[in-house]
Formats: sequence, C-alpha cells, structure tokens
Amino acid sequence: MNVALRILSAGPGSTVQDGGRTGYLRFGVTNAGAMDRLAHATANLALANTLDAAGIEVSMGGIEVVAEGGAVAVACAGGIFDIATEGLKLPETVRLDLVPGQKLSVRAGAGGAWCYLAVAAEIALPRYLGSLSTHTRSGLGGLEGRMLEAGDVLALEGARAIGTSAARVFAPWLERPGDVIRVVLGPQDDFFDAGEIARFAAGPWTISPRSDRMAFRLDGPRIKHARGADIVSDGIARGAIQVPGDGQPLAMMADRGSTGGYPKIATVIGPDIGRLSQVRAGAKFRFEIVDVETAVAARRAEAAALAGPIRAEPVVRREFSSEFLLARNLIDGAVAG
Amino acid sequence: MQLPPALPPPRFLDAGEAALVVEFGDTIEPAIHDRVMALDAALAAAAPPGLVELVPTYRSLMVHYDPLRLPRGELVAAILALETAPKRSVAHNLWTIPMCYDPEFGEDLGFIAKTVGLTEARVVALHSGATYRIYMYGFAPGFCYLGGHPPEITLPRRQAPRPPTPPNVVMTAAGMSIITTISMPTGWWLLGRTPERMFSTARDRSFFAEVGDSVRFEAIDRASFDALEARVARGELIARAAPA
Repeated sequence: MNVALRILSAGPGSTVQDGGRTGYLRFGVTNAGAMDRLAHATANLALANTLDAAGIEVSMGGIEVVAEGGAVAVACAGGIFDIATEGLKLPETVRLDLVPGQKLSVRAGAGGAWCYLAVAAEIALPRYLGSLSTHTRSGLGGLEGRMLEAGDVLALEGARAIGTSAARVFAPWLERPGDVIRVVLGPQDDFFDAGEIARFAAGPWTISPRSDRMAFRLDGPRIKHARGADIVSDGIARGAIQVPGDGQPLAMMADRGSTGGYPKIATVIGPDIGRLSQVRAGAKFRFEIVDVETAVAARRAEAAALAGPIRAEPVVRREFSSEFLLARNLIDGAVAG
Repeated sequence: MQLPPALPPPRFLDAGEAALVVEFGDTIEPAIHDRVMALDAALAAAAPPGLVELVPTYRSLMVHYDPLRLPRGELVAAILALETAPKRSVAHNLWTIPMCYDPEFGEDLGFIAKTVGLTEARVVALHSGATYRIYMYGFAPGFCYLGGHPPEITLPRRQAPRPPTPPNVVMTAAGMSIITTISMPTGWWLLGRTPERMFSTARDRSFFAEVGDSVRFEAIDRASFDALEARVARGELIARAAPA
C-alpha cells in the first residue's frame, strides 16, 4: 500500500498550495499559492523540503488527517493553531512523524488565520501549468481544483520519516504582530491627495468577513479619489490595495486577478503580505508607508532566515488536549461530521 | 533606417518592491500598445536574471521581478536601454474565430440594433467585418480584452448588471469587446457565442492567442456551432491562424 494522507475532516477553505504558479499572468491565470509564503516556506524548511513544495494550507476551518500505508514526516507552521496528535498537544510550529493510523488535527487557536501542513514527500497530483496550487475560482490545480473535504486521499511519493520524536521548531520570524502593515505607495497614489493618503495610512482598518483568498475588503475610513475611480486597466501586483468608487479598499491577495481598472493607492510589501493574511477579521491594524529600499531589506532578512537549517528540540511537555480528554467521555462518533 | 521621432520616456511606477509598472500612456491606443508589446518582447528576449514574469496591458507593462537578484535600478536601466534601441518587429498572428450570432446567443443584438439605428444583420456584418487586437487578458484564465470595436455599434454599459451569461460569449460596452471564458453576471451587451475556448485544459496548449495578436469573427449558423462545439469538446482547436 502506498503512503497517503487521508482527510478525516476539513472545515471550508483548506486547499493544496505550493509557492504559486508563475508565468501565466499574461493569460489571466493568477499565481495562487500560499497566502502566507513565509509560514509555508518555514514548514517546508522544517522538513528540508524545497521551500516552495506543495503542502496543505489549513484555514481556520481546521483539518484532521491520518497517515496510511507508511510513515511520513509532517510539519506545521503559520498562525497560533491548536495542533494535536492522538491526544498529545503539540507546539504551533512543530514537526513529527506520522505512522500509519496516526491522526493529526490542526485547528484554529489563539491567533492567525492560516496554518501550513508540509509533508516530507511529493503530493502525487498532476501539475497544472507547472504548479500544484489550487485556484478554486477557476477550478484549477490541487485536488480537482477544489477545497479539501473529508474522505479525500492525497497519495504521497517518496515519503520520508525522520525517525525522531515530535520536535518544536524554532522560527522566531513567524512572530509577526499584525497591527502595522508596511506598504509602498503607488502605482496610482497620484489619484489621491495627501490628506487622503494620510487617512489611508492611519486607518484603523479591519478585515471584513466578506474576504477570501482573492481579496481582503478593508473596513475603515472611506477613501476619496481626487481624480476619479476609473483607470484604463493595468497590472495588479500581489498586495496591491485598490480603491473602487465606493472608497472601501481591497487588498489583492494570492488569488487576485492579473489586471484591473481601479486606482491602486499602495502595495503591501512582499514580506508583510503573509503577516496581513494572518490578521483575523475584526482585528485592528494600520499601514506604515515605507520606501522600496526598506521593503527590499525586509525581503533580504526573510531570505536570510530561510537560508539555513532550522533549529528543533524534542517536545518534552506532555499535555493532553482538551479534545482528547473530552473524547474519553463521549460516545464514539458523537462529534463526527 | 530612419529613426522614428523621439517618444516620451515611459513612467516607472512601483507596485511594491517586486513589481514595476512601465507606463506608456493612460488611454487605449494601438500606438501605446505597440510600445508595450515591443518592450514585452525585448525584455523577454534579454531575460535578465531575476526577471520573474511580464504582464502586458492596454497601456503599460507590469514587470514582476526578484529585487534580491535584479535591483530596481538595474531593471530600469535595462528597460531604458531596450526602449531606446531600434524597435524590434514582433510577429503576430491573425486568428479567425467562429462566432454564432443566432438570437439564442446574441441576446442583445436586437437592443443594440435599435439603439444605434441599424438592422441586426448590419450589426453582425459590422462586428464580423472588423479586425480586433488582443490588448490584454485578465479577470479569469483566457478572459480576453479586445480593441478595434466598430464605432457605429458602440453603446455604454448597462445601467444594472444582467444575470450570468453562458461562457465563451463575445460582449461589448464602451467601445470595447471581450471574449469571456466563464459564466458571470455582467454590465456588457451580448453579441454572440463562440464554440472556441480561449482557455482549455483539454488541449496541449491551454492558450492559443497571444496578447498583441489580431482577431476576426467568422459568422456561423446554429448547426455549425453545434458541430464545432463537439470538435472543441474533443480537445480540437478550431480557430485558424494566419500571419497578421
């Protein structure tokens, strides 16, 4: 029997993602890929995978998986999620071997909106346009172009186990407060006067619940245009903040369209897009305007963090999760579905 | 070779630290798009290390780059050097795409005809007699924005969006045409439906027409539509190419 991960349960919004699909924006194909690329890369680094390898992007809906057919090492990194295996509560950034029949549950915890479940294996799915990233809106990539559901089985090729016990992974760069998000002004900041740009920076902003992998709607002050709200369409970068006619900005995320016709007041710097993606609906934040050099320096620091091997220490604290304890007192299956 | 008159230099607009907009104008004009496409071809050929991908639009080229491998200053210098070099001629195709204007698909033909004061047959003749240019893709895979819409059959957008259209329709508004690939509500007006797919995973090449290529529509009847649709469903490309 080949090694596989079976999805036992999955809330809405979890998909297979890698570092994204590159080279087809000119034909209208979005990059997709991990919302939080730093966390995604960190989970891969913990397994010595290539940093853009495909894994599972777990939404706040959570997921429960079980290994089948053989052992495979997995790692989790991202927001502060509740991670547990067979009753053992694990740190939020962790790697461990899953042996056949062993379950791992990843659920929304104290903070953050996405957790990346990396596997020490290749997920055996067909690449579409060079990538395994799922784009649900066009039904492309990943598993049948859709979100993962209970009963799905991801076949794994070249599965490796580490052979040591579960280990806490040290990734201090994932401790990123989400209250200040850095942006570079433009490309259409000249559609707004200085007072509106200051209001835009100050916010405070919250992410509307009407947000998805394509765009985050930002609730806060209405931003007025000085020169109209329509431009002849041009390119949209990941992190671009469009201001449509109603003045409610949209931060364009991993599944954004490649082109569009609203003025873009600013663009979230690459290193802060993941930080923004982890901000939960309702949490307040503001923007800080920085120059391109500052953004490049932040990108360089991120690359340096991901350059070396990662430090990990065996998990020593044995704490039973409340879910495990509760399950001891419940009729089997009462919480299923 | 006679040098063309000096063109105004492009504007360089940052879209974060990893994308640069090279803007040649803020209107929809073939001459502006020619410069976009010339730079697109020249930069793709030069392929400086750290160049990630290029997105041509109506009026600008978005250059996605890795600033750790290709600093902004070097990228701008490379672009300016390519821009001032003699223009490369870019080879483009002229695609003939079958289009069924049958009332079942061309739902708004009657309204368009009445609004502009022409017969439906004349609207179809004008629409299928024109040559369009693919200015850009966007919104969804293969979703195609065309310029060159005949001025005689131009009308503004709808006041309110209409319910979702079928996929693979050609629509018009505000002097532009689009070929869609997905079902969606829209503020545009429906002229017809093509059996062709601007994007298909059933073919070896998901996309066949490049930005900058030209397009003509060949009017077909309802029976031909069904026959061609069956061929397309088997993964066949039915659009025909000739050098533009």
